[in-house]
Amino acid sequence: MKILDSFQRLGQNSERLFAHTGASSLFLLRILAGIPSLCGHMRLLLQQMYSVGVQTLTIISVSGLAVGMVLGLQMYNILVDISAENTLGHVVALSLVRELGPVLTGLLFAGRAGSALTAEIGLMKATDQLAGMEMMAVDPVKRVIVPRFVAGVISMPLLAAIFSAVGILGSYLVGVDLLGVDEGAFWSRMQAHVDLYGDVLNGVIKSLVFGILVAWIAVYEGYHAEATTEGVSQATTRTVVHSAFAILGMDFILTGLMFGD
Amino acid sequence: MHDTRNREIAVGIFVAIGLAALLMLSLQVSNISNFTGGEGYTLSARFDNIGGLKVKSPVRIGGVRIGRITDISYDEKIYEAVVTMRIQQQQNRIPDDTIANIYTAGLLGEQYIGLEPGGSETFLTNGDEFSETTSAIVLERLIGEAIFSKKNDP
Repeated sequence: MKILDSFQRLGQNSERLFAHTGASSLFLLRILAGIPSLCGHMRLLLQQMYSVGVQTLTIISVSGLAVGMVLGLQMYNILVDISAENTLGHVVALSLVRELGPVLTGLLFAGRAGSALTAEIGLMKATDQLAGMEMMAVDPVKRVIVPRFVAGVISMPLLAAIFSAVGILGSYLVGVDLLGVDEGAFWSRMQAHVDLYGDVLNGVIKSLVFGILVAWIAVYEGYHAEATTEGVSQATTRTVVHSAFAILGMDFILTGLMFGD
Repeated sequence: MHDTRNREIAVGIFVAIGLAALLMLSLQVSNISNFTGGEGYTLSARFDNIGGLKVKSPVRIGGVRIGRITDISYDEKIYEAVVTMRIQQQQNRIPDDTIANIYTAGLLGEQYIGLEPGGSETFLTNGDEFSETTSAIVLERLIGEAIFSKKNDP
């Protein structure tokens, strides 16, 4: 009977997995269907852009600067050994624009904005605000979820671009001003090897995909959180953890597709 | 009301900074100022050995980039590599006896195609092929030859 028990557990888990996938996909469809209704309510979107985008700006720019400076310092130490320190700009720009910018911004965004979204929506549910809206014939998905989702999707590529740009400036500060890499070589090597479509645009697409993933997971977990204090806290944790896994997994796939050759 | 206005201004600044960052990435960091494709014409060349040449490697005359390699394929009938490159439209005065060489930028740098213009009065046009090419220098073969010639010295 032990064997049957473990089979039952496996069945239970896969059933739950399928149910989650189905429910979240249906939820995404509901959100997408609700986007046109946003047109008349730009103020709602603006409000969410403020809490999702503007308030994440500080941590993104500080982290970007730190990552860029550390990257510049460490890469310089390695490159100077093979007297290739002129390629510093090239190395830093490619790794930031292609990988570190979108991925780190996505992780920070999930921690700073995604968790806040889940907690907010979860608490709205726990305090019956969502149910109250339904009573007043206001669709909570259109009123609460859609603006938050769209704000997340718009903010993420902007934040990732800021992260990469600040990071490159940080490595410029350390590499050129502090360690004495030639300024002309730093920028010209970078420009010669970073491709607008192949690298910059693919980085933007990556961050857009991560933005959709994080915003989707955050609003889904919030909307489907158990309506208790513990349920909300668990949902918040799940948002951060699932977002991190989704970003890292998706990054692997996207990198394979974009920079595979 | 005042609060809303401040918030709107903050969002506006955020979006402006984001767009500025995107603009900086595309203008200052990437090669938008260089030739990226689009207008131009196509030339091809056959090499015995292309060494480390890659798609998107530059094509240069006198060190100035005038185009990029768009495709590298292999002709299995004559065992040669066929390199296709796209040249900027305004560089339309490449003589048809130009030699296409594969050079290396620096000792460890990337490889590129360097064109040595000939003296002909007819110019290459879209789809033409270079009549004369020299292959990439393979360092191992060079070293091998040097050692071999040392051995044969009396």
